[in-house]
Amino acid sequence: MGLARRSFDTLIIGAGGGGLRAALQLSQAEARVAVVSKVFPTRSHTVAAQGGVNAALANVLPDNWHWHMFDTVKGSDYLGDQDAIEYMCRSAPRVVYELEHFGVPFSRLESGHIYQRAFGGQSRDFGGEQAARTCAAADRTGHAILHSLYQQNIRARTHFFDEYFAIDLIRDAEGYFLGALAVDIASGEPIIIEAKTTILATGGVGQLFRTNTNALVNTGDGMAMALRAGIPIQDMEFFQLHPTGIAGKGMLITEGARGEGGYLLNSDGERFMERYAPNAKDLASRDVVSRAIATEVREGRGVGPNRDHVLLKLDHLGADIVKTRLPGIRDTVMTFLHIDPAETPIPVYPTAHYTMGGIPTDRHGQVVVPVQQGAEEPVPGLYAVGECACVSVHGANRLGGNSLLDILVFGRAAANHVIDYLREHRYHRPIPDGATDQAMRRLARWDQQGKGESVPALRRELAKVMEDHCGVFRNEQVLQEGQQKVKQLRERLKDAYIEDHSQVFNTARIEAMELENLMEIGMATVTSALARRESRGAHSRIDYPDRDDVHWLRHSLYSLEGDKMDYKPVRMKPLTVETFPPKKRTY
Amino acid sequence: MKFSIYRYDPDHDARPYMQEYELPDARLSQGMMLLDALLMLKEQDESLSFRRSCREGVCGSDGMNINGVNGLACITPLASLKRPVQIRPLPGLPVVRDLVVDLSQFYQQYRTVKPYLINEDPCPEVERLQSPQQREQLDGLYECILCACCSTSCPSFWWNPDKFLGPAALLQAWRFLADSRDHATEERLNGLEGPFRLFRCHTIMNCVEVCPKGLNPTRAIGRIKDLMVKRAL
Repeated sequence: MGLARRSFDTLIIGAGGGGLRAALQLSQAEARVAVVSKVFPTRSHTVAAQGGVNAALANVLPDNWHWHMFDTVKGSDYLGDQDAIEYMCRSAPRVVYELEHFGVPFSRLESGHIYQRAFGGQSRDFGGEQAARTCAAADRTGHAILHSLYQQNIRARTHFFDEYFAIDLIRDAEGYFLGALAVDIASGEPIIIEAKTTILATGGVGQLFRTNTNALVNTGDGMAMALRAGIPIQDMEFFQLHPTGIAGKGMLITEGARGEGGYLLNSDGERFMERYAPNAKDLASRDVVSRAIATEVREGRGVGPNRDHVLLKLDHLGADIVKTRLPGIRDTVMTFLHIDPAETPIPVYPTAHYTMGGIPTDRHGQVVVPVQQGAEEPVPGLYAVGECACVSVHGANRLGGNSLLDILVFGRAAANHVIDYLREHRYHRPIPDGATDQAMRRLARWDQQGKGESVPALRRELAKVMEDHCGVFRNEQVLQEGQQKVKQLRERLKDAYIEDHSQVFNTARIEAMELENLMEIGMATVTSALARRESRGAHSRIDYPDRDDVHWLRHSLYSLEGDKMDYKPVRMKPLTVETFPPKKRTY
Repeated sequence: MKFSIYRYDPDHDARPYMQEYELPDARLSQGMMLLDALLMLKEQDESLSFRRSCREGVCGSDGMNINGVNGLACITPLASLKRPVQIRPLPGLPVVRDLVVDLSQFYQQYRTVKPYLINEDPCPEVERLQSPQQREQLDGLYECILCACCSTSCPSFWWNPDKFLGPAALLQAWRFLADSRDHATEERLNGLEGPFRLFRCHTIMNCVEVCPKGLNPTRAIGRIKDLMVKRAL
């Protein structure tokens, strides 16, 4: 059978900031790069990032990368790998300056330097006064960065496969990754994209939860592809709830709103964060603020007819600040709530936002797997960057402003490593017979005629189960029930059919394959959460309320085969500085 | 609530047609957007195809023609719409299927204006400086989400899609001309010479009417024309 085939040095799956930063680096090095994305690049979810990107530029207040590193390690609840965190924080100023040179329209200070705002979990001098480390383009930083990166890729003549959906990775018997099978959404034609190296940059999986801040396309495709290729995925129990999604709807209200001086109120009109985080108050880490809001509501101090949310107050900032520093969220609030946040507080509640876990990599973006009895090893030819990866720089809780940084630093680092790899691996390895069979079966499965379960109904049920059983507060029983329910849904998915068998722009078929991906990641998440018997960062177990460094200062690894859990140590040793040993975490 | 939606699947249909749909009022809730309704309709009829992603008006996927006016489904309140709601693909472009149009030409026009910062000076070790006033010149320009609502509402674009660049691309042309860091003014203006590329804009201002982000391509085009005139003198 003659499958269409294209050949490149590097295949990048995903055209958000991570994928595009990597693509640019590679195109500029004159590698032949193909970027496959299921949406046109500027529609990737990086576009929705609001508040900014962290870098110790010290434009507003004194700062240095080492303080940034301390905050990131502490924010991660000591689960982040300190070598990778040192690398990221040291690289941050450079990647932000590069962005500026690429044309990103950062907001500016009177001095002409890049504007920086305060964000949660930031401090000066290792836990001292609030820092201002988040470089911003108003509250549309992700949009500004994504568009600039796409523009520079146009200039560099990167090859794009827009609206192609990657189905599965291709691997040979020696374990080398050789590209992927994708389908052209517009024509329904499958195509082999052959590559010496493949970079997964597919983003997170916020669609796993019913109320979330994420785009509908955030379905964890890359993580699921890795799982199906036999790679265990890491720390999936750590899912970040953003403290301030619009209550009941989910649209994100940037942490920058609190960075600019906004604060939270309960039904008594009390600024309750003062009780939970006496120093940092509303700018404590996201896990801390989200738990505080959930606790206020549980204890009856929620606002509204159902007492089910709290208020984010901005009206004291003045209309000028709201309009110039936060124009995007003002638009969003006026569109969806018909109120002006410069006059009326915004109803907010913690909302599923960010996947800290993902495909395990080292700090060069190389995907790593455990080997028997020893350290982990990179798998040849496969890389992962950004939210789909787990380096791990975020550990158990990501700091606001560190996700845009993560995609830039590691998009660039992975590309640099690929460039070296390509020098040593000059020729394509042959794609073995049958290497695309699994992927072709996945595609063909949805061409079967029949009646059974409905894809959108299953997706809705899965998101409800995950929200009810894997939310802010967890315990053994709730998680066990959740795991059983996801298992049942996974069985029922085998009996699902679609009725649309058109080859032309068949979105029903894409959504069906996305649901398969969501289901794998749902199982990974609930299984990892059930296994971890401690509370750390975003993972809060009522039955194990304390952090347990003796037993649980380690990364989880979930494998698809048998839903098995395994563990590996946290890399506590930084590259050049002293380790930050685990301490009690207060803000 | 009743909807009348443009349907066309080249795999099955000889020609396009309008299909009637209905959502029970019990399923509607206050504050619902058109996209929410479309997602429900897609559950009834999964063959209905349209693009969507962010649900909040920043990704630019779900531009469509709603009761005769281009807009984004995800930020168009259902309550604001006359019924039955007539939904068609963005006008003036080839239809791939249902509400999905082929945007290749629109993207080609965008690439034509060299939509990237050009500055051949050596890069400093830190950021290039730009005053808040210089930076303010980019407000109302850089926010474009490439949804194509403006270009596909423009009669000049309908008549000469191969020659006139359209409001979206020209807004981006001005975004870089207006950037104090960009050094390619001459090159950019040269690229816009001739009777069509820029000057086919007759200030009809449909683009301003429909832009879901409240941007003003007509004003940007006017600024470019001013520069052209100044340069000619």
